Amino acid sequence: MSARAVNDFTIRVATVNGSGSQSSNLVLTNAIARLGIPVAPKNVFPSNIEGLPTWFDVRVSALGYQCRARDFDVLVALNAATWQQDVAGVKSGGAVVHEESFPCKGDALREDLTYYAVPFTALAKEHFADKGDLRKYLMNMIYVGVVAQVLEIPEATIEESLRTQFRRKPKAVELNMAAVNVGLEYARGHLEKRDPWRLVPMTGKTDGLTFMEGNRASALGCIMGGCTVAAWYPITPSSSLCEYFIQYCERHRIDEDTGEHNFAIVQAEDELAAAGIVFGAGWAGARAMTSTSGPGISLMAEYAGYGYFAEVPGVIFDVQRAGPSTGLPTRTMQGDVSFAYTLSHGDTKHIVLLPATVAEAYEFATEAFDLAERFQTPVFVLSDLDLGMNSWLTPPLRYPEKPFDRGKVLGAEDLASMKAWGRYRDVDKDGIPYRTLPGTKHPNAGFFTRGTGHDEEARYSEMPDVWQRSLDRLVRKHDTARTVVPSPLAEEKKGTKAAIIGYGTTHHAIVEARDFLRDAGIELDYLRVRALPLSPDVATFITRHERVYVVEQNRDGQLYGIMRTELPTHLVGRLESIRHYNGVPIDAHAIIDPLLELERTPAVVAE
Amino acid sequence: MTANLNIIGLAREVYKGLPTTLCAGCGHNSITNHLIKALFEYGVEPHKLAKMSGIGCSSKTPAYFVEQAHGFNGLHGRMPSAATGAKLANRELLVLGISGDGDTASIGLGQYCHMIRRNVDCTYIVENNGCYGLTKGQFSATADAGSKAKGGKVNEYATIDICGLAIELGATFVARSFSGDGKQLVPLLQAAFSHRGTAILDVISPCVTFNDHEGSTKSYTYVKDHDVVLHTADYIAGGKEINVEYEPGSVRDVELEDGSHVILRKLDVDYDPTDGIGALRAIHESRARGEFVTGLLYVDTRERDLCERERLTRTPLAQLDEEKLRIPRERWDEMLDSGKD
Repeated sequence: MSARAVNDFTIRVATVNGSGSQSSNLVLTNAIARLGIPVAPKNVFPSNIEGLPTWFDVRVSALGYQCRARDFDVLVALNAATWQQDVAGVKSGGAVVHEESFPCKGDALREDLTYYAVPFTALAKEHFADKGDLRKYLMNMIYVGVVAQVLEIPEATIEESLRTQFRRKPKAVELNMAAVNVGLEYARGHLEKRDPWRLVPMTGKTDGLTFMEGNRASALGCIMGGCTVAAWYPITPSSSLCEYFIQYCERHRIDEDTGEHNFAIVQAEDELAAAGIVFGAGWAGARAMTSTSGPGISLMAEYAGYGYFAEVPGVIFDVQRAGPSTGLPTRTMQGDVSFAYTLSHGDTKHIVLLPATVAEAYEFATEAFDLAERFQTPVFVLSDLDLGMNSWLTPPLRYPEKPFDRGKVLGAEDLASMKAWGRYRDVDKDGIPYRTLPGTKHPNAGFFTRGTGHDEEARYSEMPDVWQRSLDRLVRKHDTARTVVPSPLAEEKKGTKAAIIGYGTTHHAIVEARDFLRDAGIELDYLRVRALPLSPDVATFITRHERVYVVEQNRDGQLYGIMRTELPTHLVGRLESIRHYNGVPIDAHAIIDPLLELERTPAVVAE
Repeated sequence: MTANLNIIGLAREVYKGLPTTLCAGCGHNSITNHLIKALFEYGVEPHKLAKMSGIGCSSKTPAYFVEQAHGFNGLHGRMPSAATGAKLANRELLVLGISGDGDTASIGLGQYCHMIRRNVDCTYIVENNGCYGLTKGQFSATADAGSKAKGGKVNEYATIDICGLAIELGATFVARSFSGDGKQLVPLLQAAFSHRGTAILDVISPCVTFNDHEGSTKSYTYVKDHDVVLHTADYIAGGKEINVEYEPGSVRDVELEDGSHVILRKLDVDYDPTDGIGALRAIHESRARGEFVTGLLYVDTRERDLCERERLTRTPLAQLDEEKLRIPRERWDEMLDSGKD
């Protein structure tokens, strides 16, 4: 334990939803990062406006692990309703900062913890009696002061962090800093440090990194990807993606002289209408997107099939949450992979991008618009609540170097030099036809876009051979995409027999699990899938290994299922599925534990 | 300009499409012919026309006119959203939506309402026959209570009045007509093209195969006998002189957003198409009498359309490039350096 006590532990803040603890939590998180210590916050919140319990975990990790830690060592307990449960969850040897009035005796009292009782309510009352509704927020800032003192965060660092947090409200800095000082003073005067948990400044790990949520990064990706039409229906956990997009549009896409907008955003009546707006706009030549979560893509299924079959570009962000049904709206899951991949009735296969990091949430968003137009098809970007709504330390987002790839679009001049063209002819043998946009001034430009059966000239057809030919060409197009979508990333060591395949945010737990297992004598190669359809590299990677563990955050092993269907039969037997699906982000032990079992290694003691 | 060419020098032939595959005598075919006339006379540029539709007999008709134009035969009841997207992507398009009563009043009621609420600049025609033709004659939501199906079954449910609902939702152009009355429908269509906002045209269009019998309130006979024509209409394009002599007090002149005029010649009653409450009353009262009023029921030329409300740039969004859409590099670096956004 002592090895972990410095810069390698987790703080859990237990509060009540709606009590305004988010700012305090972020000030604390940011202050730790300012000490040069990698930190990963995870907000575990209820589907509720006010009153239900909420937890904020701040994982401090000198090694830079960004996944959720299963255990926590330092508890800040401010919620009477969950007090017993919160104390019961602290890892042995942990420290507890708590509201003084919470009962600290009897059977519930754990003697293996260090307690710091603080009269938060009384302090807030004493110092901020005249602040009315602000008092509850200030009480949370008092906790920041106490924790700073207990964990040895310098006062100046907290102040810098506070200034960043309230950069848009400079007036708030003074009052909040006063509250932090109340906490600091109280802790200095009344609490004697009796636990081992400490933060010690370090260097080289957080240089140049900033905090960003995946949804914000995706919104920036939409801006840089040239998205001009967005249609959405608010849904957790994707709402902030569109809201950030609106913010960026208002800041960067309004003509300063005329006030005219280079964007249009529609809050639609439902998700199917949002999809209709996207494909209508895509058909007419604009780059368009919608962002949603599982229930939304359920509604969008019909238009997704239309986009696939009529070959209309459009980008759909699915920030996944726990399903089925309404499920757990504020919890995470990689639950829509197989559904999104084949969304709609009939034979349908979509391009699906699987970002794992904030950088990819940005880059894949930008790329999605190129892919949608290049392949004239819906492109899904499957993020999740963990990536989308949590803040991650990330390197600066890169300015795009490439111009837009508008795909095979024929203009009036092209048409003038051609005798005839057919909307769905496979001229280049890559399955991708040529299209024209409405508004193209040439008598041959027009064609009839339809979801019904059509021939190469876009004419209605019920002929068996025509129908089959069009389905086969769509497969050809899908196969072309295999080597164009973001390719898988492999980490391999010669001679390693076992490997992990993962995708999306599961990546962060895999990183930690591999380190842990390597220390335990189990070497595992790793391939991170970054898109569907699967690259041919996936099969060749599996060929080089005897056992391949497919790790994902859903009950049914959805990528595992897709791989079983699409890979050569002789490789299927090498796959084993490892799944995590309790709604909170996957932690390393969800991978380590089953792998220790599966690799049949003699007892390796997990700490 | 020769006699056979329109104001942009195109022949009437250009406005035709593929041969119809609907039943002989279908009201929808008449509407198609009236549309061809209206588009030809109006001088719509084929490449700027976006023909959009949902699913059903009505929704097949975009294939039967202006073959050169782009068409979008979308999903059942979900054309309004696609039309909204298309208009936002390229505001220079003349968006013409063709729907039916099932497509609009049942499966598509939500999208219909929200298109109106947003005042998307488009012409939206409902080819209304009170039944589902392609699936062999089931009642639709616009069937009148008491109307009889071909097999004798009586509709027990209240009708959804497409025009009344539109006015209630704040529609800015609402007209009702009859597929057999080209004289009235053609100028109304042209006025709809000129109107900036959602123009609803509910066109009663009898289904000869499933709803043209005794007891149906959407049969040719019934419709002809119960059509209360409020006024005749003339469309006069912007910039053209109004050189027809009207008796003083006998007409209402509605000036549309593009400077064109629709001249309504009053018949029995003096109908004011700018009075929404009056329009609702006329619709309700005529229904109570088993009749339906036709003409320009309601028009409001002051309300801004979606593109105006969204302060959309004049250049079609579809034509904007990297330079217009990406954050400039200096601003990007500055934004990320300062940790601000």
